[in-house]
Amino acid sequence: MGVELLVIIISAALISNVVLSRFLGICAFLGVSNKVDTAKGMGIAVIFVILMATAVTYAINMAFLEPTGLFKRDLTYLQTIAFILVIAALVQFLEMFLKKYIPSLYKALGIYLPLITTNCAVLGVALTVAQDYTDFVKGMAYALGTSGGFCISIILLASIREKLESNDIPDSFKGKPIVLVMACLMAIAFTGFSNLNIG
Amino acid sequence: MAEAKEKKLTFFGCIFNGIITENPILILMIGMCPTLAVTTSVSNAIGMGLSTTAVLVASNALISLVRKITPDRVRIPIYIVIVASFVTLIEFLIKAYFPSLYESLGIYIPLIVVNCIIFGRAEAFAGKNGVINSIGDGIGMGLGFTLGIIVISAIREVIGAGSIYGFSFVPESYRAALFVLPPGAFLVLAFLTAIQNKLKLPSATNKKNACNNDCLHCTIHKKPVVVEEGK
Repeated sequence: MGVELLVIIISAALISNVVLSRFLGICAFLGVSNKVDTAKGMGIAVIFVILMATAVTYAINMAFLEPTGLFKRDLTYLQTIAFILVIAALVQFLEMFLKKYIPSLYKALGIYLPLITTNCAVLGVALTVAQDYTDFVKGMAYALGTSGGFCISIILLASIREKLESNDIPDSFKGKPIVLVMACLMAIAFTGFSNLNIG
Repeated sequence: MAEAKEKKLTFFGCIFNGIITENPILILMIGMCPTLAVTTSVSNAIGMGLSTTAVLVASNALISLVRKITPDRVRIPIYIVIVASFVTLIEFLIKAYFPSLYESLGIYIPLIVVNCIIFGRAEAFAGKNGVINSIGDGIGMGLGFTLGIIVISAIREVIGAGSIYGFSFVPESYRAALFVLPPGAFLVLAFLTAIQNKLKLPSATNKKNACNNDCLHCTIHKKPVVVEEGK
């Protein structure tokens, strides 16, 4: 079981990295990676939200939407609507809760929370877990791996961008283009992991 | 763009605006996730573009219809429900009539829900304008999106797979498989935006950071917002 979970985590984080090979959460990846500090904040906020959202949507899926659930009907086609609403509500609650009870954490993560609702990685993970994982622990391991992968890649990109600032870049590549070229090189590096033979 | 706003909006004006003046992919640079993910082949891009267009037109029309009875404070949940319902409908249609497309697009169909273009247009246009113009805006933005991803996918498919729309014409040894792999998507987009910068074409990269990455409260069309990241 332990080895199996480790395999799920590593393959979700490195082999099929959420940003660099599955293209989820690109907006945040390109937008909030100017500084390593902000990237760290965003990465940790994403881990936090993805774990919570996956747990809640898993419970809702099992309790109401699956044919074995409360209504005894196959309502899985409602997954998209139910999950996006749950995620939006969850992020709002989280924001209010942190503001009231854990102000220090709110200070660190607060500004990133509203940006996360429309981060497609959150909905993507919730839907993948609902469709592919029947086991709760494995689903959570997948969520942890995916969000960890997001965190790793956004911090890496931010550190590269900080170094780039002092470099002489061709005028037309300044701004977005050079960031995309960097993302491309990172993606090439991450394709190397696909030869990793585990499990 | 400010002068264009002053003019009276017409149906065809809205369509033109979406395809050319404010093309969501090449000029506004929003909706990047599907742009990079599904552009491995032209047929995927067309499928994705047209499904997004259908959702955008339908949601724009409905949001515009209910805009007078929507309380301002709960408009976002209402938009979410409307958009998600149409996405579910489209998902059923694709599953029933284009099963192979459904296979290749996979998770990216339900993820149309969180496509920035759709919420951006709901917030910036459909929530404030009449039904006819909103439909025009939906068609324009949708076709602009489709056109943008067809351009990117055509480049990737020709260089990477040596074919266009599945019609192969480049011998195998002259293909660069990198371009149909994930890194190729970043590279093509990087060079496209670099060319735009070089030619001084209007695009989000030339102005101040136009997208504040908060698609639910998209303000691209209200005023340019610069994200202040701890500066």
